[in-house]
Amino acid sequence: MRRPLGGRLRISTTWLGAAPFLAYTGLFLALPTVLVAVGAFSGPHGPTLANLAQLSQPYVVSAFVNSLVLSAVSSGVGAVVGAVLAYAVATGSPDGIMRRLVTALCGVLSQFGGVTLAFAFIATIGTEGFIVIWLQQHGITFYPNGVWLFSLTGLTLIYVYFQIPLMVIVFMPALDGIRPQWREATETLGGATWHYWRHVAGPLLLPAFLGAWLLLFANAFSAYATAAALLDIGGVIVPLQISRALSSEVGLNQASFAAALALGMVVVVAIITVLYARLQRRSARWLPR
Amino acid sequence: MSALVSAAKAEGQLNVIALPLNWANYGSIIKDFAAKYGIKVNQANPQGSSQDEVNAVKSEAGTSNAPDVLDIGMAVAWANTSLFAPYEVSEWSDIPADQKDATGLWYQDYGGYMSIGYDSSKYTVTSVSDLLQPAFKSAVALNGDPTEANAALNGVMMASLANGGSLSNIGPGVTFFKQLNADGNFVPVTATAATIDNGTTPVVFDWDYLNSASVVNLPSWKVFVPSSAVLGGYYAQAITKTAPHPAAARLWEEYLYSATGQNLWLQGGARPVEMSAMQANGTLNQTYAAALPAVSGSPVTLDQSQAASAAAYLASNWSAAVGS
Amino acid sequence: MNRHRRRRLAAFKTVVYVVLGLFFLLPIAAMVEFATRGVGLTSPRTLVAFTSIGSDPELVDAITASLELAVITSVGMLALLLPTMIWVRLRLPRMARPVELLCLTPLTIPAIVLVVGFAPIYNWIEINVSDSILTLAFAYLILVLPYCYRALDAGLSAVDIRTLSEAARSLGASWGTVMWRVIVPNMSSAVSNACLLCVAVVLGEFTVANLLNFENLQVAISILGTGNARDSIALAVLSLVFVFFFLLVLSFLGRALSRRRGGRARA
Repeated sequence: MRRPLGGRLRISTTWLGAAPFLAYTGLFLALPTVLVAVGAFSGPHGPTLANLAQLSQPYVVSAFVNSLVLSAVSSGVGAVVGAVLAYAVATGSPDGIMRRLVTALCGVLSQFGGVTLAFAFIATIGTEGFIVIWLQQHGITFYPNGVWLFSLTGLTLIYVYFQIPLMVIVFMPALDGIRPQWREATETLGGATWHYWRHVAGPLLLPAFLGAWLLLFANAFSAYATAAALLDIGGVIVPLQISRALSSEVGLNQASFAAALALGMVVVVAIITVLYARLQRRSARWLPR
Repeated sequence: MSALVSAAKAEGQLNVIALPLNWANYGSIIKDFAAKYGIKVNQANPQGSSQDEVNAVKSEAGTSNAPDVLDIGMAVAWANTSLFAPYEVSEWSDIPADQKDATGLWYQDYGGYMSIGYDSSKYTVTSVSDLLQPAFKSAVALNGDPTEANAALNGVMMASLANGGSLSNIGPGVTFFKQLNADGNFVPVTATAATIDNGTTPVVFDWDYLNSASVVNLPSWKVFVPSSAVLGGYYAQAITKTAPHPAAARLWEEYLYSATGQNLWLQGGARPVEMSAMQANGTLNQTYAAALPAVSGSPVTLDQSQAASAAAYLASNWSAAVGS
Repeated sequence: MNRHRRRRLAAFKTVVYVVLGLFFLLPIAAMVEFATRGVGLTSPRTLVAFTSIGSDPELVDAITASLELAVITSVGMLALLLPTMIWVRLRLPRMARPVELLCLTPLTIPAIVLVVGFAPIYNWIEINVSDSILTLAFAYLILVLPYCYRALDAGLSAVDIRTLSEAARSLGASWGTVMWRVIVPNMSSAVSNACLLCVAVVLGEFTVANLLNFENLQVAISILGTGNARDSIALAVLSLVFVFFFLLVLSFLGRALSRRRGGRARA
């Protein structure tokens, strides 16, 4: 059966609308990713699966587990606390000074990381941190059981420091979309605050919340500079393993292994994204699209 | 030489990489060179490792951002000679024969001994085993990850030498740090000038010239080189084949190996490679030489295969030892 | 809203602001405390670390370059991402998930690895197009995708763009008018947040610029930071304050621009 000419033309103009974006990301995103993927399979004598086989080593597996836990906890805490802070800001005046200050501060702090952030925490709650010293002067020991700051626990806390502001910024537009009519309608129907959140605003905000949480997860998963500045106990998380594979000056560098690790990371996040997409579909099932 | 100077001035720029300003007085060296010849020194990747330098040479080849000159650890130098352009500075004969490549591809520049820097107002360190005492709780740190950084690897090796190990056996060093960690004396944070200054890492394993730099902000900082484990290490200079400013690169090397350059490194607490020659012909700055930490005992240095086997051992054992 | 609920809300906000304010500002206070110490145990506090930075010409160049990059990237992001997202929502709903995944990819790969992929492309650009630091905008546009996509998506999901666009089209508006004069004013908070993220990411970006041997603001700070420890912390604090005030000024500008354009269409 011949398709009408008009129909075929209409389909191609629709795709034309997405073309600039696809072309740009094709060149500057897909190409680098492909280069990395190819690197994962390259060896000194041609294509090989040896790099990927190395991923099954126990120290690599434990690095992935550590990375997953670190990202899940810091993004979970960041998402919840960030949503609470975003709500506090969104309920204020949209032109108010508080909103501007908090938004600007969150903008700066969401990108604050690396050596300076690590030191900021060392200077606050490190062994000579001013809070630790102040508490000591009042008879309270901050670290009765070992200094947890210099471990994955401490790193999680430091990650939360930039996760919360990031959540505030990406989630606030969703909160701005809350209509006062929703609250009025709930109250007219006899609902309390709990009903409003559980049955009205909550479900409407859930898709945006989940999307923001996913962003925070990926943000923590691939973060490197802060961990590198804080810990020198070896590749306990995947980005540190990658850094060792790329920059080790004692002969442990293996660029193709770094690519394999990166490919592993992409696969892990892809799996998480599939789970997220499933959750999204269920949560947004009844929303008009 | 004057032809080189004019060619370099015509180029007007020099790309250096991975030169922290407080590393062996590079801040003064860069400033002095730039002022003396009017050449703008572009710094890149200040905290980069030697491997990062070589990676940049490969990935930036052909661009104007590519590094001109490198200051790298020996392991990286030995492995990447194909990237270097041969050059012999005017003082070539003043460099000992075993500290340069015969064909001029690389030449050692300065070095030091692995040391323990400590805050003398809080601690006294007379031997490596002192650090196991309870007084050193949450005090001892390395200046990096030994599976990545040359300096940190040598720190663990020095501990090994002091505890019955040898240049081919870094095991006792790892055991030492494992013990340190189990006792709560080890602080697994990378020691930097800031952490030393604020007291989080009051005892640090590092090259003696890097430890010396901390005296500026902390006058009570002292540097100790154990006589039972005198582990030396030199870095090396090289000019890259793909240098976008080849004349400026060669002028930079001439400057570094002149008495001025060598004495500036000496001022930074490092031992310049021409030290014995300069001592003989009287160009060595005696004040700076006298300020170097006292070293007794016979120095040793890791060679290529020993460094590689140490690294391999660390790769399998370091995280388990200290990553409680 | 009744008085009881208003009071509960006010109490809630106060607790949130105080607790989180402390959490965020204490580490910065610790940095300032460190940077203002004198040398030796008993010396008085000093601002020497803050003033020693002076007007380093390299720092000024780096700041200018970073600001220019921030502007170029924001404009580029708005021109490239926003129309695409609206278009996909309206006409290519099946592409929504792939676009979302595509926009998340830059964040799944650590920047140190992404640069390995960028390097050959940048090598070609530097040799054949330009070796100006402004070419970093190409990479930065990719780096901001995850953040800006999420901010814009949150705003888009709160607007019923299908109804709005159908209404506007039936009144004879072109697609351009629909996008820029109907939809965008309804998501001004999302657009301004996306721009804010763009600027914040570009001004705070270090790894890509560093490994490509460019000297942007954070690289310049890192270089100066390898000198004196106190100076480097002081410089870090100043950079945070600078970006903060810059973003604050932008928020006022943004509000002024949108008010001039005609404000929101209330549903």
